[in-house]
Amino acid sequence: MTDVYVPRTTAERMAVTFARVLRGAGLRVPLGSVLAFVDALGQVGVDQRDTVYWAGRATLLRRPEDIELYDRSFAVFWLAAAGDLSEQAVDTVHITLALDDEDEDENNGSDDATEANDDPTLVLRFSATEVLRHKDFAAYDANELRIAQDLMSQLRFIGPPRRSYRYSAARHGRRPDLPATVRASLRAGGEPITRHWREPGERLRRLVLLLDISGSMEPYARAMLRFVHAAVSGRQRVEAFAIGTRLTRMTKELHSRDPDTALAAASQRVHDWSGGTRLGDCIRVFNDQWGIRGMARGAIVVILSDGWDRGDPEVLAEQMRRLQRITYQTVWVNPLKVTPGYAPLARGMAAALPYVDDFVEGHSLAAMQELARVIAATPERRR
Amino acid sequence: MATQPNTPADVAHALSLHGYIPDDGLATSVFLAMTLRRPLLLEGEAGVGKTEVAKVLSRWTGGELIRLQCYEGIDVSQAVYDWDYSRQLLHLRAAEATGESLGLTTNALEQQLYNERFLLKRALLQAIDHVGDTPPILLIDEIDRADDEFEAYLLEVLSEYQITVPEIGRFSAVRPPLVVLTSNRTRDVHDALKRRCLYHWVEHPDFEREVRIVRMRVPQALERLARQVAGAVETLRTLNLYKPPGVAETIDWAQALAALGRTELDEATVEATLGAVLKYREDQDRTRQHGIADLVKQAFERGFQPS
Repeated sequence: MTDVYVPRTTAERMAVTFARVLRGAGLRVPLGSVLAFVDALGQVGVDQRDTVYWAGRATLLRRPEDIELYDRSFAVFWLAAAGDLSEQAVDTVHITLALDDEDEDENNGSDDATEANDDPTLVLRFSATEVLRHKDFAAYDANELRIAQDLMSQLRFIGPPRRSYRYSAARHGRRPDLPATVRASLRAGGEPITRHWREPGERLRRLVLLLDISGSMEPYARAMLRFVHAAVSGRQRVEAFAIGTRLTRMTKELHSRDPDTALAAASQRVHDWSGGTRLGDCIRVFNDQWGIRGMARGAIVVILSDGWDRGDPEVLAEQMRRLQRITYQTVWVNPLKVTPGYAPLARGMAAALPYVDDFVEGHSLAAMQELARVIAATPERRR
Repeated sequence: MATQPNTPADVAHALSLHGYIPDDGLATSVFLAMTLRRPLLLEGEAGVGKTEVAKVLSRWTGGELIRLQCYEGIDVSQAVYDWDYSRQLLHLRAAEATGESLGLTTNALEQQLYNERFLLKRALLQAIDHVGDTPPILLIDEIDRADDEFEAYLLEVLSEYQITVPEIGRFSAVRPPLVVLTSNRTRDVHDALKRRCLYHWVEHPDFEREVRIVRMRVPQALERLARQVAGAVETLRTLNLYKPPGVAETIDWAQALAALGRTELDEATVEATLGAVLKYREDQDRTRQHGIADLVKQAFERGFQPS
């Protein structure tokens, strides 16, 4: 019979309860952190809200993205812990929704209502609501599944390596390897007869994949997601993002080797499948939060999108310019390119094209193979 | 003896005395780092004052500041220890010249060579093998620039506070150093290392705190100027710039304005000194687009103090 652990002290009880609240809210809280929290409470005491809050933040939080979730959980937890369960009455707020769709000429009936009252008005642009749909990847038909499996087995994503800053032993290296030379000299009574050398090693460049998952890309996004998964699981130093109405990082979710688990996890993480695209905004968010800080520096960045953008093409152009300046190679994969008579006239595509190093097709397995070749080939121009 | 504060408020007070004004969160995290003897990981944008924390801690506690600047490819020979090969080779020559090496076996010769006197102690080993009453402050700066291999080694060191040099033996810390790690978040620090440390995300300070910081760091700037500068920087941070200015930039700007003898902001001065606070051309352009006159006006309003 197993002993049931009964928390003895207030600090322990508080820590365990709060950890449970956080886990319920979706935060990962390992046991070590809970123990650290108990120690911390032992130092600062459990009486004051502020000190408990900061003690929890120092021991249970790992990323600034979780701060908001932590704040809300702590508010709930502290109210319950303090025994104050009275709920404040929430005033119902009437909000008028006005749809602003550039394509529609006729006025909606709600327009008149907007002018009549003083309620706060939310103007919803194209992709009026984020389409919260969870795609079921098990709904592939046999043909698509076969294609995807072919993709996985045949593609290699190595890409040109770059010089690493770590040195490793090499026969004809350019720099002397002093430790090894001294050791070898002991055998000869102190004479450095055998000299050892070292060379800088090689390292794979980072590969960043930005996949457009909006409505216009729907026929292609599923197959391309398989491609992205193959890249993530088949290579080191890969990052994967989904672009839709917003940018979502899905590298961790795609890490599983089993394609079905990985894709199921990714589909849970990403919420705006088949919505509208805000290419410029998403790339700006990527630049600000990830790219400029170092993820895109010297990396190979591949954008898989048809270029249909509901946002301002100026924004997209500026962000692509910023991106191109720091990457090693910028590749744009467009499934529409193969269409006979296609010219990149779509607002987004035309704006982004000058800042793209390689513009390739992306509609079929052959196109994906060509893409893998483009990634692996050493470009002539070296920035 | 090692400084032992009683409450986070003590820490905040002591840090303020030595030139750093922390917020409640940072004071609590530092307090816990000192009392629980855990390393402290400070993450935040560039220029918010992460490295300063370690320097101030050193001033306060009197412990020696040992700094390890990380970069990609940093390895054991630069971070932990290295052998002084040139002196070892000379020692071999000397032993040969005096005829001493004739009577020695290779093992004995090796033992002479791999001795502590030829050992160059780098930052990590210096911190572990520190002698003295006050534990040193080990600052591991910009850990996000190092790579996975170094992080794995660091995790081992920070767990046991022990370093093994194969030829000599094990060095243990009599008193564990106070470890502060900083990261600009260009890369995610490995989970295992994060779990070992206490974590604090350093934010830009709020208006009142920033004014106090400017007053403390730039005493030649008058209260009115400090308030206007803090107000202007607060506005700049809302403009969606590529690199929003941090506390370091605020201090630089205040120093520049004070050096020019200004007692308040005006359009021409701001235009001339914009480079002290914004380092990207696109950011400067965007500020001009927003309007420097507007910026100055908002700064005046924000900094206004009814007397």
